[in-house]
Order: sequence, then C-alpha cells, then structure tokens
Amino acid sequence: MRRFLAQLGRRGIAFFARLGRRFLLLLHILAGSGELFRHFDQLIRQLHGIGVRSVAIVSLSGFFVGMVLSLQGYQVLTQFSAEESLGLLVAASLVRELGPVVTALLVAGRAGSALTAEIGLMKTTEQLAALEMMAVDPIRRVLVPRFFGGLLAMPLLAGLFSAFGLLGGYLVGVDLLGVDAGAFWGQMQQRIDCYADLCSGIFKSLIFGLVVIWIALFEGYDSRPTSEGVGRATTRTVVQSALAVLCLDFVLTALLLGV
Amino acid sequence: MPRIEIAVGAFLAAGLLALFFLALQATNLRLSGSTSGYTLIARFENIGSLRVRAPVTMAGVPIGRVTDIRFDPNTYEAVVELRIDPEIRTIPDDTFASIYTAGLLGEQYVGLSPGASDQYLQDGDSFANTQSALILEQMIGQFLFKSAEEPLP
Repeated sequence: MRRFLAQLGRRGIAFFARLGRRFLLLLHILAGSGELFRHFDQLIRQLHGIGVRSVAIVSLSGFFVGMVLSLQGYQVLTQFSAEESLGLLVAASLVRELGPVVTALLVAGRAGSALTAEIGLMKTTEQLAALEMMAVDPIRRVLVPRFFGGLLAMPLLAGLFSAFGLLGGYLVGVDLLGVDAGAFWGQMQQRIDCYADLCSGIFKSLIFGLVVIWIALFEGYDSRPTSEGVGRATTRTVVQSALAVLCLDFVLTALLLGV
Repeated sequence: MPRIEIAVGAFLAAGLLALFFLALQATNLRLSGSTSGYTLIARFENIGSLRVRAPVTMAGVPIGRVTDIRFDPNTYEAVVELRIDPEIRTIPDDTFASIYTAGLLGEQYVGLSPGASDQYLQDGDSFANTQSALILEQMIGQFLFKSAEEPLP
C-alpha cells in the first residue's frame, strides 16, 4: 500500500514538474521572440524546413480528401436529390474542420517529429550545451525561429489544404459526377460565412500550429540525451500532437459555436 | 541561401493566395461591400424562416439582400431591412414585397413585384404592400379545416 502511494506520488510529481517545464519553455520562447528580428534568416530557414517542405504532402492530401468528400457526399445527397449542395458540403467540411485538423496532423508527423529529433540530437551531441558555453541562449537561438516558423506556416498550409480540397471536390463533383458548376460554387458562396467559417478555421489552425510546434520543441528539448531517449521523444511528439489536436478541435469548435 | 528565400517567398505567396481564393470563391465575402446601395423597410406579419443575408429579387433577379430583421413590439410585426443595389433606383412605391420559398424545402427570399405608380421608393421608405411567408403547417391546417366543413358526398 505504501509502495503504491509512493509510486503514485512520484508519478504525480513528475507529471506536474513536466507540465511546469512545458509552460516555462513556452514563456521563455515568447520572451525571446525579439530574437526573430536580429536573426531573420533563421526564421526563413525554418519556414523553408517546416512550411515549404510540407507543401507537397499537404496539397496532395487536400486534393484527395476533397475528391473523396465529393464522391461520398454525392452518394448521400442524391438520395435527397440535393446534389446541388455538394459544393456547400465539401467547402464546409474542409474549411471548418478537415483543413485545420488534417493539416495539423500532417505537420505533426512530417515536421513535428523532425523538429523533436533534431533538437533531441542537438542535446545528445551537446550542441545546446556548447551554445550555452558561448553565452548564447539555445532557446532564443534554436527554438524561437522554429516556433514562429511553425506558427506562421500552419494557417497557410491549412489554406492550401482547403483550396486544393475544393479543387479536388470540384473535379470529381462537376467533371466526373455531373453536378452543375454554378450550383456547386453558388450554394457554397451563399452559405459559407467569411468570418464565422473561414476565419474560425484560420484561428483553429493557428492554435493547432502553436500546440503542435510547442509539443515538438518541448519533447526535443526535454528528451533524455541518449539515442533511445530521442527515439521515444519523437514517438511521444507524434502521439501527443495527434491527441492534443483532436481534443482541442472539439473544445475549440464548442467554444466557437458558443455551445 | 537565395534559393531558400525564393522557395519561402513562393510558399508565403501560395499560402496567402490559397486563403484569398477560399475567402473570395467559397464564402459570402464580396469585395464590393454591402455598404453601397440604399435601405428599404418591409413589415411582415410573419417572416417564416427568412434570415439575414437572404436575397431580395425582382423578376427573379437578385437586386439586394436582407440586412436586418427585428421585431416591433407595438405592432407585433417583423421589420425587415432590405438593402437594394444602388443601380436599381426605380422601385415604384406600390411595389408588393412577398416572402417566397426557393423550391419545396429551399431558402426563403424576398420577392418584389413592381407596381404601376410613378413615385419611386427612396432610402428608408417602407413598402405599403407586403405578403407574409406561407407557413406549411398553417396551410395544411386551413385545408383540413375546410375539408371538414364540406359535407360528405
């Protein structure tokens, strides 16, 4: 019994200590955001690593998601002879939900894991310690550009995802299944609100970007400096990011809808 | 380094372009803005499920939008504000404003049927003649009531 209690206590203390380190890291990053303007080339390099290199996978996924949405939606909507609403269905699902969420999942897998491994390896090979020895704050120098690069890239990637999804949905819906092109765009333009739908989607992807990059950076920075530790940290990044994004999506949607 | 910068620039441009494409092509945002045009007021006994942003049409052509719907506690009527496109200046003051439904289950919209007067409605004027939305339940109720009154053959 006492061993059980001790075990529980140790777990609890470790959990809260981790949580505290997590928030301290975020505060430290935010406090060091002035560094961005002094090393602007670093931000561009990170935008390249996180943003540009994710463009291909994000647009291709968006394209296929849009196509399959169109195909599936058409099957259901024809039962009510409401094929004209296909554009609305595709656009609403992409802009409100799938765009931000799937993009965040893709970025977590594609860029988040790479960030964790990179920073974990920097720690393992004592590059971070070397920076500190040279009186360079590794958080400001290494983590800040990555953080803001990811934060900036995420909404743009989500926009790309939705735009390519719409194109895919249009191709399948209009060219393949024969929905009227005017109705496809018209219904969409009538019912999708620029602020309530599009801006809330952008807001969501900003939050997802923050959470995904934050988790990736923290896991890398907090990883145990062994090859096994880096591997575990990478796994944890992907798992935690996916969970966090999906849970947060529900919470954010509920808040934005004002339920 | 310049190649990275070009790639990042292209990425930023493409991302912003995608967001603009979404905003303009997929949402109800119109760059012309809804501030142009003038406002007319129509009072209805019942607006059914008419909503803000519903189209206002004349001869089936959209010429404006519903911008506001209020309830008037004195007359127990719905006060609907219609914003009419600025180039449509000649709406006769005996025009009929009715609420129609697009299709059987479609959106409701305001249809204007022009009158014969040579006086035109100005900004802020209200329609003298309005016809409320047809409520399906009411119609069915009336129909049942009527058919119950008729003697059986």
